[in-house]
Amino acid sequence: MARPIPLELVEDAARELTARAAIDIPADYREGVARARASERNRLARFVLTEMERNWDIATAERRPMCADTGLPRYYVRAGNEAVVEGGFVGLERALRRATADATATVPLRPNRVHPLTRVDHDNNVGMHAPEVTYAFEPGGDWLDVTTVHKGGLFGTDYRMLFPADGVGGIKRFFVDTLVEFGRRGLACQPAIMGVGLGGSKDTCVRLGKEAACLRLVGSANPDPVIAQLEAELTALGNYVGIGAMGFAGTSLVVATHVEVAYTHTGGLPVAIHSFCLSSRRATARLHPDGRVEFRADPGWFTEHYRRTGIA
Amino acid sequence: MTSRAPVRLDDVRMDEVHLTTPVAPADLARLTLGDVVYLSGALYTAREGVYRKVVDEGCELPADVRALTNVNFHCSPAARVRPDGTYAVEAVTATASFRFGRSMSRWFERSGAKVIVGKAGLTELAYREWFVPHGAVYLTTVGYGMGAAYGRAIRRVAGVHWLRELGIAQALWVLEVERLGPFLVEGDAEGRSLFALANREINLRLEEVYRGLPPYAMRRFGETTARTDEVV
Repeated sequence: MARPIPLELVEDAARELTARAAIDIPADYREGVARARASERNRLARFVLTEMERNWDIATAERRPMCADTGLPRYYVRAGNEAVVEGGFVGLERALRRATADATATVPLRPNRVHPLTRVDHDNNVGMHAPEVTYAFEPGGDWLDVTTVHKGGLFGTDYRMLFPADGVGGIKRFFVDTLVEFGRRGLACQPAIMGVGLGGSKDTCVRLGKEAACLRLVGSANPDPVIAQLEAELTALGNYVGIGAMGFAGTSLVVATHVEVAYTHTGGLPVAIHSFCLSSRRATARLHPDGRVEFRADPGWFTEHYRRTGIA
Repeated sequence: MTSRAPVRLDDVRMDEVHLTTPVAPADLARLTLGDVVYLSGALYTAREGVYRKVVDEGCELPADVRALTNVNFHCSPAARVRPDGTYAVEAVTATASFRFGRSMSRWFERSGAKVIVGKAGLTELAYREWFVPHGAVYLTTVGYGMGAAYGRAIRRVAGVHWLRELGIAQALWVLEVERLGPFLVEGDAEGRSLFALANREINLRLEEVYRGLPPYAMRRFGETTARTDEVV
């Protein structure tokens, strides 16, 4: 039996990841925004992006959350197939829940999680089905990859059942519809990383779109050249819409578009669209049984195994 | 003043303006769309939880709050209560204001507020119906999500009301601030909107943007078909 990964290590790492995600803007996204600012001609939109860069500097220097709406903290856990966790995976999830509650007080995060009907707030971002923990497994390895994502989520997200007759043109139309709806006034807090889920059943479609937005680096491309081509076309189309940062007429709407696909019903073409905002918060670490914790920029979520590529 | 109001985004001057609270009516009247505003003094957070109490349930806004300031920030802070009972507010970021439009007219009557700081503004119709009759203007935060930059401008938490009842996110926080900003003048004293200017320019392009994109095979019940409309 492999050596177990200590629970204390999981809890400490999860607390640290939560703080880093809330405070430090990821470099890949920041560079994408800098490119968007450089090509933006609208003075108001450029002013907005310059101020955002100043905000990120202050957040990092003073260890303050970059945005006071600290989103809905959640975790993506990927375990090597040989990994063993002290206390098992039930213990792991309890440690993640404790880390979220602790970090809510210490960072501090805004206690955003409330009961949907009673609006009761435990003031710790923990509750029923909260924080969400998504599990995946990878052949080989005795490590755990833990990623936390803090995503806002009131605006910029939509799902629609399209049909094969709608084709790529329909996908583009829905993409533009969503951007025009939520880009005005900057409701989507753009420029955003757009995640598009195509296919699957409804839940798979929505999940993939969200993971595409939140768990891939700006600058990455889907390994399927046809999908990579669609990603490039959607980004160009999004920046052609004519809406910039904060909804001022301009070009800084989309930093990158990530498309992920799943096999779907023969009669349908479901599409889910997500936008990861000017506070695109994610942080990742790999935890080893010997106690090492390796923080890194890339969640590395979309592996060949995760996509189930090539499995007939 | 009317002659200074920009009619196109390119005309926006982005003049820097510093206001102290409570903001005087003469200062409000001078604000022009797109002015870059910094606030010093005191303001308080209030959103749906506070509006429910004051507007819907008829509770009184604490008298000291009403006397102290006429600035209402549509936000809830990333805050914590320290073990010694004092408060730490590290970051503040506005939340989208259009959702509270229905409460605003009664809120202005009850609170005496003249300045709303929030996210993304309201429509020109909303300003004319609910803001202008009460002499109120709207400042939008920038970004959005300048939580750290705004947070460092907070000098002190002067008080918090309804914390136990409403929770940290919905409670009314009274904050003393120094040079909190930048904000942009989005709704002026005559009910004009900066976002309305932007939307008129965006709408000019839309026909071209949609050229070549096919209609959907299946429509959705209840959706707007005019893309120059807004969803707010």
